[in-house]
Amino acid sequence: MSDLAQSALQSAEFEGFVTIREAGLQGMITLRGDLGAEGLAKAVTKATGCAMPAPRRVTSAGTCGVAWMSPDEVMILCSHDKAPDIAQTLSKALEGQFATVAVVSDARAVFKLQGAGWRDALAKICPVDFATLTEGDIRRTRAAQVAAAIWVSGKDEATLVCFRSVAGYMFDLLSTVAAKGTEPYLYSLPTETS
Amino acid sequence: MSHRLAKGGRLINRAHEQKFTFNGKPMRGLKGDTLAASLLANGQMLLGRSFKYHRPRGVVASGAEEPNALVGLGRGDSYEPNQRTTTTDLFDGLVAESQNHWPSLNFDLLALNNLVPQFLTAGFYYKTFIQPRAFWKHVYEPIIRHSAGLGKAPKQDARDPDRYEQIYAFCDVLVIGGGIAGLQAALTAAQAGAKVALWEQTAHWGGRAPVDMVEIDGQPADIWIKTTVKTLESMDNVQLRLRCMGAGVHDHGYVLGYERITDHAPDPASPRHRLWRMRAGQIITATGAIERPLSFAGNDVPGVMLASAMRDYVVNYAVAPGHEVVVVTNNDDAYRTAITLRKAGVGVAAVVDARAQATGALPEQARAMGIRVLTGKGIRKVKGRGHVNGVEICRIDSKGTAYTEKLDCDAIAMSGGWSPVVHLWSHCGGKLLWDEVGNFFRPDPDRPPLGADGAGFVHACGSAAGAMGAVLAEAHATALKAAQALRAASTPPAPADDRVADAAPMEAVWMMPRNAEYDLRMKMWLDFQNDVKVADVQLAAREGFQSVEHAKRYTTLGMATDQGKLSNINGLAILSDALGQPIPATGTTTFRPPYTPISLGAIAGEARGAVFQPLRRTPLHDWHEGNGADWEPVGHWRRPYTYRRSGESRHDAVNREVINTRQNIGLLDASTLGKILVSGPDAGRFLDMLYTNMMSTLKPGKCRYGLMCNENGFLMDDGVVARIDEQSFLVHTTSGGADHIHAWMEDWLQCEWWDWKVHTLNLTEQFAQIAVVGPKARQLLERLGGMDLSREGLPFMDWREGTLGGFSARVFRISFSGELSFEVAVPASQGRAFWDRLLAEGQDLGIMPYGTEALHILRAEKGFIMIGDETDGTVIPQDLCLNWAISKKKADFLGKRGMERAAMTDPNRWTLVGLETLDGSVLPHGALAVRAGKNANKQAITEGRVTSTYFSATFGRGIAMGLVERGPERMGEVISFAGAGNTRIAARIVDPVLYDKEGEKQNV
Repeated sequence: MSDLAQSALQSAEFEGFVTIREAGLQGMITLRGDLGAEGLAKAVTKATGCAMPAPRRVTSAGTCGVAWMSPDEVMILCSHDKAPDIAQTLSKALEGQFATVAVVSDARAVFKLQGAGWRDALAKICPVDFATLTEGDIRRTRAAQVAAAIWVSGKDEATLVCFRSVAGYMFDLLSTVAAKGTEPYLYSLPTETS
Repeated sequence: MSHRLAKGGRLINRAHEQKFTFNGKPMRGLKGDTLAASLLANGQMLLGRSFKYHRPRGVVASGAEEPNALVGLGRGDSYEPNQRTTTTDLFDGLVAESQNHWPSLNFDLLALNNLVPQFLTAGFYYKTFIQPRAFWKHVYEPIIRHSAGLGKAPKQDARDPDRYEQIYAFCDVLVIGGGIAGLQAALTAAQAGAKVALWEQTAHWGGRAPVDMVEIDGQPADIWIKTTVKTLESMDNVQLRLRCMGAGVHDHGYVLGYERITDHAPDPASPRHRLWRMRAGQIITATGAIERPLSFAGNDVPGVMLASAMRDYVVNYAVAPGHEVVVVTNNDDAYRTAITLRKAGVGVAAVVDARAQATGALPEQARAMGIRVLTGKGIRKVKGRGHVNGVEICRIDSKGTAYTEKLDCDAIAMSGGWSPVVHLWSHCGGKLLWDEVGNFFRPDPDRPPLGADGAGFVHACGSAAGAMGAVLAEAHATALKAAQALRAASTPPAPADDRVADAAPMEAVWMMPRNAEYDLRMKMWLDFQNDVKVADVQLAAREGFQSVEHAKRYTTLGMATDQGKLSNINGLAILSDALGQPIPATGTTTFRPPYTPISLGAIAGEARGAVFQPLRRTPLHDWHEGNGADWEPVGHWRRPYTYRRSGESRHDAVNREVINTRQNIGLLDASTLGKILVSGPDAGRFLDMLYTNMMSTLKPGKCRYGLMCNENGFLMDDGVVARIDEQSFLVHTTSGGADHIHAWMEDWLQCEWWDWKVHTLNLTEQFAQIAVVGPKARQLLERLGGMDLSREGLPFMDWREGTLGGFSARVFRISFSGELSFEVAVPASQGRAFWDRLLAEGQDLGIMPYGTEALHILRAEKGFIMIGDETDGTVIPQDLCLNWAISKKKADFLGKRGMERAAMTDPNRWTLVGLETLDGSVLPHGALAVRAGKNANKQAITEGRVTSTYFSATFGRGIAMGLVERGPERMGEVISFAGAGNTRIAARIVDPVLYDKEGEKQNV
């Protein structure tokens, strides 16, 4: 039935001084447990090919990624239709340990922010010093009035995850703060974004 | 009259004319003008009327401290009252109107107040309007509201069309103020390796230095300013912002900045204001100083200006305040104004100096230019009402009964000395000390605002620190200290060398002449905006208002939009004198953010229109919207209250949905229900503590209804728990309660039971959950196929996981309606497809979605309680006859002890019953049951209240539930409910379960 699956905004797009695009369906699995436990790290690597990330980092391999979320939580990124299988593999591998695995792909919406000014746009809604974030860094924060996780997913690109129910709010919000003519030029210079 | 000079003006562009209107009158100004400069250039000296007396008022200052020259700016949706003309940059098409006059600026009837000033002295409200009591509301207040006040509020239906935003930023050293001290401080800190931000509230760098004839490295200050700004601009570790005011300094280096981006050049595509939310490691306030007025009779007449402001207008905008000026001073600095005026070709009648001698470099230079200097003298009074006609001079030490001479003039420049701008230093607890030489309060460097580490995090420099001469060396040292506090490593080059003319000491003059009599004191303004005079403060002191904070509020000194920037020190001095104590013993009032008013738009930021508040949408939201949903807010969710068809009333739609669900099949979007996964070896033990009943005994595949209470035993949530496997449970919460219950769980796990092995995950949004309800529900789901949903295959209160019609699904056989009911959870991304499929497959079965109102009616017919209706935070499960859901076996659970308190076990507690009106009508929401007689307070005696009340389409009459004193013991009794007015509605106490008491229907 995955052909009937829809992301919250079905790849809506906004062109401002940053391009905002809803990234469609993204597989996500929450794993809570003792991240330092050897068995757990091994299970994660086996299921995803990714190393266990350091605090506030994202690791990736192929179509998978692992994002550090808190001292006892990581989020596994994978293709949407693979998530249930990977979750099951992980659960099996962690049987008997104090660890919890759950597919959360559909509880989320994912946005890509592309353009040199992404830090400038997000600075308007996130209390984060984006100068300290480099590629592969992730930060859990808030965007205006809702929770968000943001990672630097490439040169001049950030990926933002929020709850699915507020995808519409997030899209409107990002479109507002990324509108042309509102560049604050805090992190970037006029020549870089125009 | 004020006018534009033929030459000069360092900030204006004469080639670029700009048109604007004032009170509808077309005027022309120049690019680079402030509105105040333009108005003065047009000869417009009268700009408004004062707060109480409606006295004529003109420009007195040239910056943020301006109390008088406030106007309403813009029109219609863009109209804004109380805008300072001195900080408003002129743009083409600007529309301004004056304020607080009736009927017109030039002819103001309310200026009659001015004829009876003794009627409006300090505290006049309290004294005059106290009797008769009823008059305040109906007579006095409306009149006072009409006559007092400044600008009018924008119209009720006005909608600000502009954009606003906020921004979070971070730096090591934030320098507030872009005068030469601020520039040097920023340069030093940046060269030392710190990440620096520099804010300047005006549109220009350099502050007063160019106007005040400062020389840096032997050249006019302008040259150094230009070079320094260029250097700063080229540095990667520096952010510069013009038109950005430091509004407030808060704990932990949190500073609010107010950037006015397009006020000077309106542009709908750009934000008008941006609120900076800066985290700074160290803060340097280089906020300069503000000149003080002198208190002489008639010092509020248009044409009387601060001496520094007058030379600002001449030097920066080539605007002269008049043709013949008298300068009155107690210090050397004001001679700069006399010299500047004379150089610009404006007449200077005399400098009136209160000091016995004036022998400093500047007075000597003035004398050398042929300017007359009168020492030991003061102004007795100003001649003229709407504008200055002349002055009477008297001896400074006299009572002012007679004048020594009269001088003709059309403008007066006054200087009572300078006060450092200590606001930002003080916001977060920086202390002040009284400077005996300069006669001002300045920051005490030994008592700065303290950070979390106990060290100071704010430093003042330049004239803001009280340095009234050269400032660069000290600014450099201050910045180095700030940078070093942050471990910045490099050694910056030495600062430039700034020189100002040597000045002789000023001499405090708080009242002019020093022994002025009452009729003069009655006309000496301290607070121009709030109409507070020397006599008012003296009266307050005589009446016992000794604390400066009390005197402020009694007289309203410093309480207007300018927050006493000009009046503060002069008022304190008068109060101290009246109390016979030194000024530092009186102290200051409290400086609070913002430094000057900031727009509400900037405070709201982007949160308006579509993004005013997050709206939570279920995966089926769009379908609801396209199918007539009447929305109801539930937390931040919107849920369909009912789906109206064309021509259908809301009431009819609800009834249709109820009947159809009972007879055929209804669909409910239950996706908003909280779904929290609780997992781990201690999950069962944890849920046994959270719920009043036993959850750990639940078998995988089974569901159980449970109640959650807070520590006091009051109900806070309810729902069905499904056991997933040995280690995990899925907890369903109410729609509004999901986030709160998740936080509640984490609170207990993290703070109290930190060693329990339990994880919680909020999976609410992972699933679209659809309730398929009604006698034909099974028939529909069996058509989809894939799971055994028979009575035996999936008994009531069981759940199964499987594939239903190709959708991976969890099916819970639970019922909140009394009907055969299945709640099906599918991944949210497939929710819409599943919903569409159900509608298509069930068409011939009479399938129909229903909204929250039908949900409520269905559950009320069945006697099910609803958190938030039957509970209000004071209700325990026992009140709702839910004793069956409270475990007697468990040693403990949250709320257990609370329920055992005397008040909770009182047999007279109001308890849940059904209510049936004798006439079949619907009881009003929340109606109270009243008994005959009155209580000790002469109020009706109540014995219960309605908690849920609906028209039941199933029974064709009103049904209700309520809490009634000893209710269940009183079955069949008729009690009386208070209706609108004094009506009473008779209702019989009945069993709350009206529909299918045996539960056969949900169990088929």
